[in-house]
Amino acid sequence: MLRLVSSASKPSSAGVLAKVVVAPSSSRSSRRTFSSTTAKKADITLTVDGKEVTVPQGSALIQACEAAGATIPRFCYHDRLAIAGNCREGVMEFLLANHPLDCPICDQGGECDLQDQSMRYGADRTRFHEISGKRAVEDKDLGPLVKTSMNRCIQCTRCVRFANEVAGVEELGTTGRGNDMQIGTYVAKTMNSELSGNVVDLCPVGALTSKPYAFHARPWELKHTDSVDVLDAVGSNIRVDSRGLVVMRVQPRPNDDVNEEWISDKTRYAYDGLRFQRLTVPLVKQGDRFVTVSWEDALASVADGLVRSGAKGDEIKAIAGHLADTESLVALKDLLNRLGSDNTALDHVGGHAAPVHAVDVRSNYLFNSTIPGVEQADVILLVGTNPRHEAAVLNSRIRKSWLHTTLEVGLIGERVDTTYGYDYLGADAKALADFVAGKGEFAKKFKEAKRPLIIVGSSLVEHPDGAAIFNALAKFTEANKEKLITPEWNGFSVLQRAASRAAAYDIGFVPSKKASSTKPKFVYLLNADEVNPKDIPEDAFVVYQGHHGDLGAQLADVVLPGAAYTEKGMTWVNTEGRAQLGRAAVPPPGASREDWKIIRALSEIVGTPLPYDDILSLRDRMWEISPTLLRYDSLEPTSVDVALTGLKALAAGTANAKVTGEPIKKPIDNFYQTDPISRASVTMAQCTRAFVKGEDYGFSELSNASEAAFA
Amino acid sequence: MLRHPSAAAQISRPFRAKLRRGFATVQDTPVRRYGGLKDQDRIFTNAYCRHDHGIKGAMSRGDWHKTKDILLKGDSWIIQTIKDSGLRGRGGAGFPSGLKWSFMNKPGWEKDPRPRYLVVNADEGEPGTCKDREIMRGDPHKLVEGCLVAGRAMNANAAYIYIRGEFYQEASHVQQAINEAYKAGFLGKDACGTGYSFDVYLHRGAGAYICGEETALIESLEGKQGKPRLKPPFPADVGLFGCPTTVANVETVAVAPTICRRGAPWFASFGRPRNQGTKLYCISGHVNNPCVVEEEMSIPLKDLIEKHCGGVRGGWDNLLGIVPGGSSVPVLPIDKCSEVLMDYDSLKDAQSGLGTGAVIVMDKSTDIVKAIARFSHFYKHESCGQCTPCREGTTWMMNIMDRFVEGRGHQREIDMLLELTKQVEGRTICALGDAAAWPIQGLMRHFRPEVERRIAEFRKEHGTVLFGGRLKSQTDPTLSLPDNLGANLPEVPPPSA
Repeated sequence: MLRLVSSASKPSSAGVLAKVVVAPSSSRSSRRTFSSTTAKKADITLTVDGKEVTVPQGSALIQACEAAGATIPRFCYHDRLAIAGNCREGVMEFLLANHPLDCPICDQGGECDLQDQSMRYGADRTRFHEISGKRAVEDKDLGPLVKTSMNRCIQCTRCVRFANEVAGVEELGTTGRGNDMQIGTYVAKTMNSELSGNVVDLCPVGALTSKPYAFHARPWELKHTDSVDVLDAVGSNIRVDSRGLVVMRVQPRPNDDVNEEWISDKTRYAYDGLRFQRLTVPLVKQGDRFVTVSWEDALASVADGLVRSGAKGDEIKAIAGHLADTESLVALKDLLNRLGSDNTALDHVGGHAAPVHAVDVRSNYLFNSTIPGVEQADVILLVGTNPRHEAAVLNSRIRKSWLHTTLEVGLIGERVDTTYGYDYLGADAKALADFVAGKGEFAKKFKEAKRPLIIVGSSLVEHPDGAAIFNALAKFTEANKEKLITPEWNGFSVLQRAASRAAAYDIGFVPSKKASSTKPKFVYLLNADEVNPKDIPEDAFVVYQGHHGDLGAQLADVVLPGAAYTEKGMTWVNTEGRAQLGRAAVPPPGASREDWKIIRALSEIVGTPLPYDDILSLRDRMWEISPTLLRYDSLEPTSVDVALTGLKALAAGTANAKVTGEPIKKPIDNFYQTDPISRASVTMAQCTRAFVKGEDYGFSELSNASEAAFA
Repeated sequence: MLRHPSAAAQISRPFRAKLRRGFATVQDTPVRRYGGLKDQDRIFTNAYCRHDHGIKGAMSRGDWHKTKDILLKGDSWIIQTIKDSGLRGRGGAGFPSGLKWSFMNKPGWEKDPRPRYLVVNADEGEPGTCKDREIMRGDPHKLVEGCLVAGRAMNANAAYIYIRGEFYQEASHVQQAINEAYKAGFLGKDACGTGYSFDVYLHRGAGAYICGEETALIESLEGKQGKPRLKPPFPADVGLFGCPTTVANVETVAVAPTICRRGAPWFASFGRPRNQGTKLYCISGHVNNPCVVEEEMSIPLKDLIEKHCGGVRGGWDNLLGIVPGGSSVPVLPIDKCSEVLMDYDSLKDAQSGLGTGAVIVMDKSTDIVKAIARFSHFYKHESCGQCTPCREGTTWMMNIMDRFVEGRGHQREIDMLLELTKQVEGRTICALGDAAAWPIQGLMRHFRPEVERRIAEFRKEHGTVLFGGRLKSQTDPTLSLPDNLGANLPEVPPPSA
């Protein structure tokens, strides 16, 4: 992977990155002297349209005008990509000369930059009548997500720059010269990236459009709802576009603190999973089949099942899954506590017990450095994580930093393609022990770093050596606290991968020691679809509450249909501990209800009514548990003392851990199918086929045909 | 300082009138005629490759003579010498070389840890131009020595010679010269025994015209697609591999050592002020003896052709027009050709340019419209496609020019074409857009009646021609035509008719 990016072509408003001053270090890497950023020296004040604005030196004029509120029409310029300056907006006529006038059948119609700008600035008639006609370009097959119509391409190269700089797909580029220039992958190839959908947003014309969304809706028919993504733990800000009762598409919403303006393909394209496999009515198992019942009967049969199972105290168990919202987690925990149980478990491997890092101190399980903070790190150690699949948007930040600064990355765990280079240290606890002992080149680099960062994967909690690894990391972090834990910087970050996880830890949705060893007689699955069926006793009474007929529902005696994330306005806490409010774009289908209401209703039936009747009083209860759950869009950093206390407790709690030496495996094998929604999605299934299984998507017919077919 | 004793006889009429005045009049400054470079003043003494191009022959012609002394005089001395000599870039733009080289030595350059490069642009691709290849074939040591001297002036660590891929023999001669220079100790860690470390590398391109643009050349040298970069930052700040770089033409670099040896005043004594020096001219086309010749700057174009090329085929009066500086500059008609001097300013005043000094002579047998249309084909083919006006404009202009060759067009489209050239000119990242626009502007400036005549004849023969080239007779009369196709415009006689 070539990492030679001159400072000339670097994105200039790169958020935190722009402020990082990296002196070309002679000792560490002479091969990368060229890519060092030059120091931003001063601010420049200038007057635009009579308004004075101050911008950092080196900013583009277009940015200064933007700051002054004067929008300059643009195509190739994008503030998060390198400056190409090739569209030469000045002469609109040339852009339109070879652009087909097929707006009525173009999916970009209504949100097309070229359409808008030619309406606003262009002439009302053409001078282009050449008898030789317009350019025609063959369409490319970029896979199941991005549809191409290359005749419409205006060669702004935004997609090429995005693919090369942000996504790390270096095979997208231009071939040919002059009017024969084409955008493509050089050889017929799909665009294999988990961020590929963003090129659809970037394309200012209709050359790259969304394949699953093709011809489904016009932008002016859609209702926009600002919401939060829940298919990973980043909490990407999204805009849900819906028409009537159906989610038509998901678009990113810019938020520099979280996802900049990118979202992963799963976030963007798994929405069709919201239409399939839905649980729309309460179901009760009778013999070997589910029977539709009314809500009253369903809740009564749950209460009945609770009594008949004879579950008492910790024998009543709740298991919360990836997609459980904070409100329902709080309600469920309250309900269980009122029933005398502490057995609130999670659905990951080993989730029946409290995690090794405990949940007493937030900094033990949160991404303390913050997501934008990743760009300030100069050395990053990844332990048991593949950010590319666990937090794709975060991964693009690491790549950005790696491209433009002297960032060094080390990896302990399974080898993966991260889109940036890294020093591979090993796959097991021994590799970490070597690193802690200061063996190897990378350990030296880490020692010399000014702002080192350790990113710990959430899969380590599930690993047999998790305790030992956390122990080593806690001790190492404590020993290097002058660099890793300072008032400005916390270099110990845990990367969660489930949207509900940070909130579950925040509210203490973990079992007590006694409870975790109790055999349950009544199991309540809240969105829990990753459970191991063997962990649920045969004779236990099982209730599943959720929105998809996935694994959990199959195990259930009673199924209570809940709402998916686009259908309820709930609180989500991302891996940084940032609470964000999702919003309902469409109503829940059929008889399904918002999850916390189901639990509230159930509490009435089982005779221990919860003390909140509306969402506001439920949120008052959340405030009692932790005010951070309601301080939306802000972060509550952990103080140095508390963070160190947490690490001490972590080290003490895991002091006797033994090392088995089992290699660390990556937790996500198939990025496209990680939860009930994406597993129900046809698009994600196609992606799995094309990108994970490597079946040639779309090319197979071509390559199998004989040459004669084309003669 | 009269060059020609016979100059007095050629003094034009107004001066003769003055001479008839009385004895008390002040002596008029004698008019200086340029041209007629003497053999002892030639720099490229082996341009025709008649002698040994190797180091032995080169040293016998004075190359590598006291190069050490030049280097030891230091960077500012060399730059000042070049500035005093008045040398302007020989690649076409004519930027003062001393000034350009001095951009590399900004205050505090010593503190910059980055390496610094001189890049020699030997990607000679301008149609009509063949001067650099003569230098590299016959006098490669002049170029290599020039790299060292110019490199010393800008404190460069290395020079890259980016040579056009088609120049196989030239590349091997230059490589031979580099090897010989290393062997003789002129290059390397201790170049010429001065303690100055300097390396020269030869890199062969793949023959794309656009790679002769300095930033595209840098991109290509870095291994990327040859597409010009946005400026600023200029190469002197961020150039090859992100390091300070200066790109210079072969001829510019190759003359530097001789200027340093013979002194700036010697070089500055040739040509008019601001246009000093000697220059290699490449004359091709309809002359009796096409050649590459080193001549004094400011030589009259007519003298150049008469003296060195045996005149225009069929005599001067058979001349139709001359493109004086390679395909990028506008064509000049015969009346201008007999007046202009071959230097930057005179040709600029004549609304053309010196460019690379490639004189393309066309006599009356030439189809001038077709010739310029051929240029348009060239620029369409060589446009890199990066920026819109050039990518779309060159194709569009080519299409229109192709139609004009047979006259398939509308009178009004001439002005539209001119407007298009104005929309391309100055709006592109590099100068290729300008270069594509200028020949067409030159054609319309001087040969518009010819284009109008063809359009009128074609119309007479085929009836009304719509905008874009369709015939009205071929349109479907049952369908209504948009009114912006020019189908119903009244017959306008050409303004010149």
